[in-house]
Amino acid sequence: MENKNTYWQENLRLILICLVIWFVVSFGFGILLVDVLNEFRLGGYKLGFWFAQQGSIYAFLGLIFWYSKKMNDLDKKYNVE
Amino acid sequence: MDELKFYTYIAVFGTFGLYFAIAIWARAGSTSEFYAAGGGITPLQNGMAIGADWMSAASFISMAGLIAFLGYGGSVFLMGWTGGYVLLAMCLAPYMRKHGKFTVPEFVGDRFYSKTARIVTIICLIVASVTYIIGQMKGVGVAFSRFLEVEYDTGLYIGMGVVFFYAVLGGMKGITYTQIAQYVVLITAYTIPAVFISFQLTGNPIPQLGLGSTLADGSGVYLLDRLDLVVTDLGFKEYTVSKMGGTLNMFAYTLSLMIGTAGLPHVIMRFFTVPSVKAARASAGYALIFIALLYTVAPAVGAMARYNLMNTIEPSAGQNLDYEQRPQWFKDWEKTGLLEFSDKNGDGKIQYTADATTNEMVKVDRDIMVLANPSIANLPNWVIALVAAGGLAAALSTAAGLLLAISSSISHDLLKGILTPDMTEKTELLTGRIVMSVSILFAGYLGLNPPGFAAGTVALAFGLAASSIFPALMMGIFSRSMNDKGAIAGMCAGLGVTMLYVFQHKGIMFIPGTSFLGDMPADWFLGISPNAFGAVGAIVNFSVAFIVLKMTQPAPQVIRDLVDNFRSPHGEIAEAHDH
Repeated sequence: MENKNTYWQENLRLILICLVIWFVVSFGFGILLVDVLNEFRLGGYKLGFWFAQQGSIYAFLGLIFWYSKKMNDLDKKYNVE
Repeated sequence: MDELKFYTYIAVFGTFGLYFAIAIWARAGSTSEFYAAGGGITPLQNGMAIGADWMSAASFISMAGLIAFLGYGGSVFLMGWTGGYVLLAMCLAPYMRKHGKFTVPEFVGDRFYSKTARIVTIICLIVASVTYIIGQMKGVGVAFSRFLEVEYDTGLYIGMGVVFFYAVLGGMKGITYTQIAQYVVLITAYTIPAVFISFQLTGNPIPQLGLGSTLADGSGVYLLDRLDLVVTDLGFKEYTVSKMGGTLNMFAYTLSLMIGTAGLPHVIMRFFTVPSVKAARASAGYALIFIALLYTVAPAVGAMARYNLMNTIEPSAGQNLDYEQRPQWFKDWEKTGLLEFSDKNGDGKIQYTADATTNEMVKVDRDIMVLANPSIANLPNWVIALVAAGGLAAALSTAAGLLLAISSSISHDLLKGILTPDMTEKTELLTGRIVMSVSILFAGYLGLNPPGFAAGTVALAFGLAASSIFPALMMGIFSRSMNDKGAIAGMCAGLGVTMLYVFQHKGIMFIPGTSFLGDMPADWFLGISPNAFGAVGAIVNFSVAFIVLKMTQPAPQVIRDLVDNFRSPHGEIAEAHDH
């Protein structure tokens, strides 16, 4: 039971980290801070515009695979595979 | 028969033949295969199938067109329809797979130990899925009538026949393998024209990079900067910064689409087809790769189509195109009524401006952007033929997934789960097939006689999923004590608020004239459009549920044990079948 609880707590911590990044790249950079970021450029893209139409999607992908990998490690650590 | 038509027939009927072959090869023999493909789909295959299932006629045909005209404001669709997969991968799919049932209503019914909760979910699911299907059926009819010049009705019957064959025969198993083929067809059809156009305009064949590159005309000006200049010169809003409503509206819209995506049952049920919890997490990642392939290309398609359109009409400032010299694609689309010109100042030239009094492009339908794009860019006929097959693949694959969600919720949840629990597997399988056939006929009927409210209902589908199903699933997984009463009250409250808001601005059941508050941004609550209100509904749902929980008995120990069990991948992985 103890073990199960810490497994779940560690999972929640991972989810929280991922969702903070998820929020920052899309709602943060893509919407709330878009005008500020648009002062900077990435090639022909205004940076805020790039996050809204490209960057946030790449970040989502990275997050899911990172989370999957971390969870597989966690499954091994707690022997719950 | 001209060359284009010839290629189109080859592309369309070639791909249909492929789908038939797969259907015969992947017939479903058991309820487990019919509902969940026997739980034996690999994450990579499942990712591809989810991609095809998810990307509908709206993603394929309409989205880039919306972005072309909304500019930065169109970002809500890009972020909203991809960000939900992060939530699915981390917050929903792994635990629901571990629980090991066939359908979303079944999960809700088990977790909240309540038939009422299950029935509320069934209703939400059916309404959301049926509204979605109407759009797909219309997409099939339209694609056929444009490209093959058959009647809209005939096109629809052919589409119904094809779906009937592989969905009824194969169930989830047949649908999954067909969707894998459909994904390949649709992504090829989407990217090839984009690569050509990106290369023509910028010299960079990768559309995602081309959009951020300089124009290939030797001017050294960035494509997006030139586009901003061209559209603002004519009085349109600056492409890269124009918002859709205010910042709050964009925020709420994006959030509604994200949690709506995560709550749509036809997407969630795909995660029941993989063999393990680990595979469920990975599936979400693969699905998003395949979806991102289209979604990161779409903004390039949108911007480049807009640029090409403006450039065709006004090749350089003040040098407007003579109407008599308009290109062939212009004439073709005029015939469909989706493109309309009216020479207001009588100079025989085309003026396209943001000012309604001088604008002569009276109608430019957004949906034509993807379909007309290859011809605007003078691409070869086989590319145009491919786009027709791709649009059909997108519409058919989504329709099949939705039909499965509907038929499983009726035959498995309503009949087997609630009304006639002693049904044998064989009867259930037969019932599933009958229900699916009836659903196809019903969807076809709605496609032939689209109800007046069809256009407004996509908002309703996402609103329903976002405000009722998503919060219920989240609370079921992340709160051990959430009880039946809290969940049901929350679902009804979230749903009620969202429906009320949509109806008060769009009319009751979308009947014109029955809206008691106007549908103008000035009337909206904090400037939030009805389409974006699902997020507010979700907040209401969570709040009501926790208030009711405080006043009633928390969930019993046996349910807490159930939650503990599906939170951990350890132990018996329930096979997604007999239970």
